Amino acid sequence: MGSQTYPVAGGLQTETAPSRHGYLEEIHSWIVTVDHKKLGIMYIVYALLFLVIGGLEAILMRIQLAAPGLHFLEPQTFNRMFTMHGTTMVFLVGMMILFGFGNYLVPLMIGARDMAFPRLNAFSFWMSALAGILLYFSFIGGNGLAGTGTAPDMGWFAYAPLTEKAFSPGHTTDYWTIALLANGIGSIGTSINILATVFCMRTKGMTLMRMPMLPWLYATMSFLTLLAISPLTAAQAMLMIDRYLGGHFFDTQAGGSAILWAHFFWIFGHPEVYVLVLPAFGMASEIIPVFSRKAIFGYPAMVAASVSIGFISLGVWAHHMFTIGLTSYGNAFFTLSTMLVGVPTGIKLFNWLATLWGGKIQYRPPMMFAAAYLIQFLIAGLTGIMLSVSAWDWQLHNSYFVVAHFHYVLVGAIVFMLFSALYYWYPKMTGRMLDEKLAKWHFWLFLIGFHLTFDLMHIPGLLGMPRWIYTYEADRGWGTLNLLISIGGVIQGIAVLIFVYNMVHSYFKGELAGPDPWDAWTLEWATASPPPSYNFATDPVVGSRRPLWDLKHPDDPDSAFE
Amino acid sequence: MSTVTLQHETDTEWRQPAKGTVAMITLIIAESAIFTIFVVAYLYYIGRDVHGPTPKQVLEIPWANSVCLLSSSLFIMLAEHAIAHGKMAAFKLWWAVTFLLGLIFLVGTGVEWKKLIFEDHLTISTNLFGTTYYSLVGLHAFHVIVGLLLMLVVLVLALLGFVEKKHAERVKTLALYWHFVDVVWIVVFTVVYVVGR
Repeated sequence: MGSQTYPVAGGLQTETAPSRHGYLEEIHSWIVTVDHKKLGIMYIVYALLFLVIGGLEAILMRIQLAAPGLHFLEPQTFNRMFTMHGTTMVFLVGMMILFGFGNYLVPLMIGARDMAFPRLNAFSFWMSALAGILLYFSFIGGNGLAGTGTAPDMGWFAYAPLTEKAFSPGHTTDYWTIALLANGIGSIGTSINILATVFCMRTKGMTLMRMPMLPWLYATMSFLTLLAISPLTAAQAMLMIDRYLGGHFFDTQAGGSAILWAHFFWIFGHPEVYVLVLPAFGMASEIIPVFSRKAIFGYPAMVAASVSIGFISLGVWAHHMFTIGLTSYGNAFFTLSTMLVGVPTGIKLFNWLATLWGGKIQYRPPMMFAAAYLIQFLIAGLTGIMLSVSAWDWQLHNSYFVVAHFHYVLVGAIVFMLFSALYYWYPKMTGRMLDEKLAKWHFWLFLIGFHLTFDLMHIPGLLGMPRWIYTYEADRGWGTLNLLISIGGVIQGIAVLIFVYNMVHSYFKGELAGPDPWDAWTLEWATASPPPSYNFATDPVVGSRRPLWDLKHPDDPDSAFE
Repeated sequence: MSTVTLQHETDTEWRQPAKGTVAMITLIIAESAIFTIFVVAYLYYIGRDVHGPTPKQVLEIPWANSVCLLSSSLFIMLAEHAIAHGKMAAFKLWWAVTFLLGLIFLVGTGVEWKKLIFEDHLTISTNLFGTTYYSLVGLHAFHVIVGLLLMLVVLVLALLGFVEKKHAERVKTLALYWHFVDVVWIVVFTVVYVVGR
C-alpha cells in the first residue's frame, strides 16, 4: 500500500537530497521562511510546547485539589495557574495548532503552491508567537521586574471591574491584554489569508463543491474568526484605554458597566469555541472516510451544516451570562438559539455515523482517536444542551459541571481529534510513520485518564463544588472524587509524554511513509512526503471530490458520477 | 513517469476572484466587527455620565469636514475610472484631490479636538462621554491616517511615474478600503452627532 506512488500531473519525482547545512543555517532558514508548510510545522511545534506547559499548570492545580485542605499552592498562585492554563490552552495551543494544520493542509488539499499571501502568513505566525512570549514574560515582569515573579490572576475571561487599575495593580493584566491583542492580530491575518487562499487559489477543476471538507471547515472557521476575534481586540483596546489613559469603559465607579465587558467578551468567547471545534470537524471529515474506506456521506449536507453552525454560533453568547440577570425574553432567546446549534451538529454526527455504516473500518491510530472523538463529542453536546436551559444553568453555573462540560468539548472532542490528525498527517509532514505500539499505549492511557477525570468531574459539580476555589473542606464529601479526578489528570499527562517521545523517536527512527501511506484520496497525498517546497511541479487538475481515487481507479472514477 | 489527466471539462475557463479584493473584503468584515463594538459601547453609555460636559454642551456638527470626507469617495472613483482607462494625468489629479480632502478631514478633526480639550476641558479620562467619544472618533481617525499614508505612497509613486494602467487592480483594492472609511464615518457621524447629541 505505502510503497506505491500515484503520480498525478504534478507529482514530482526528482529526489532532491537534503543539502547538509550547518545548524545555524538551518535555524535561519526556518526563521526567514514564508513557506506555508514550514510555518504550519512551526505553529504546531509551538502549540505542542505550550500544550505541555498548560498541561503542567493543570496538573499543579489538580495536585492542590486532590485532597481537602491542602497547601500545595498559595491561593493567589492557584488563581494565576487557572488564568494561565485557560489563556494558554485557548490562544497559544488551540488557535495556534489549528492554524498550523490549516496552514499546512489547506494549500496542499486545494492543489496550490502556497497560501495567497506568504509574507502575511509569516507575519501572522510571528505575531501569534510573540503573544506567548509576552504572556509568559509576565511571570518575571508582571510587577515591574521587581524580582517577585507573578502572572495574571483574574481568570481567562477577566471580568470587569477586577481588571481595572484599582483592583489589578502592576502590569500582569497589561501583559495579558497585550498578548491577546498580538495573538488576535495574528489570528485575523491568518484568517484573511485562509479565506483568500480558499476562494482564489484552488487548482483547475476544483469547484467549491469539489473541495475537500477540511478547507470548507477552515473557511468557515476563518470567517468566524474575523467576526469573533475582532470584538475581543476591540474590548482589549478599551481595557487598555481604561488602564493607561484613565478611561471609564469598565470603571463601575464612573458609570462604566461590568456587564458590557461580559457581553463583549462572550461575543468573542462563544464563537471562539466553534472556531476551535470547526477544524476538528474538518479533520474528522477527512479521516473517518479514509479509515472506513468509503466516501463521506452527505457531502452537501455536511457543508451546509458547517456553515450554519458558524452563523448560529454568533447568536448564542449570552448563555454564558444567564446568572448575570437577563430579561426573561433574553433567557428564552439564548436558550432556544443555543439548542438550535444541536440541529446542524446532529446532522454532522449522523453523517459521520452513516460514513462508518457498512464501511471496512480499519482501527489504525488516527481512527481510534476519531472513534473516541465521536462518542465524546456526543456526550459533550448533550451536557451542552442541558446547560442551555437557563433554569438548569442557574443551578450549575460556575460549578465543576460546567468545567467538565467544556473540557469534554475541548479535550474529549478537539484534543482527541488533534491527536488523530497528528497521527494521520505526521507521515506527510516528516516522511516517517509514528510508532503504532506506542500510539496504542498513548490512546488507551489518554482515554482512561480522560474519562477518569472528566466523567467524574460532573459529579462534584452537581454536588455544588464551584470552580476557581483553591481548596475545600473535608466534610463536603468531594475528597474521593477529586482524588480520582487528579489521578486521571496524571494519567493523561503520562500519555502525552509517551506521545511526545513517539514524535521525537519516530522522527529519526520511524518507518518510511512514502507519499500515500493511508491509501487516501485528497491531493496532499499525491506529492512526496514531506512535500517539496513548491508542493506540485505542475498544477494538478481535478474532476471530482476524490482526485486520487479517480487516479487509482481509472475504470470507476468518481468524476463519472458527477 | 506516467501521468493521468483527471480533467473532464478542459475547455471551460477557470476563473477565481482576485485575491487582493477578497483579502480587502475580509479585512473590512473584521474591521466592521471592531467598529460595531465601539459603536455599541458609545450608544450604551449615552446619558449615563455622572458629571459633564455632555455632548449637547460641547459638540458642534462638523458639516464641512463630513462633506470633504464623503466627497472624497466620489473623487477616488474618478481616479479608479481614470487608471482603468490608462488616463494617468487624470488619475494623478483625482488621486491628489482625494488625498487632500482626506487631509482636510483629519486637520478638521484635530481642530475640533483642540477646542474640546483646551476650551471645554473634555479629555478621554474626564467622563464616559470623553472616553467613548475619543475612542470611537479616534479609531476612525486612525483609519483615515492609515488610508492617507497608503494613498501618499501611491501618489508619490505615481508622480515619479511608477504607477501604470496595469496597477488598476491594486488601486481598486486600496479604494475599497477608502470607501469603507467613508461609510464608517456616516455611521460614526449619525451615532455621535445625531443620536448622541
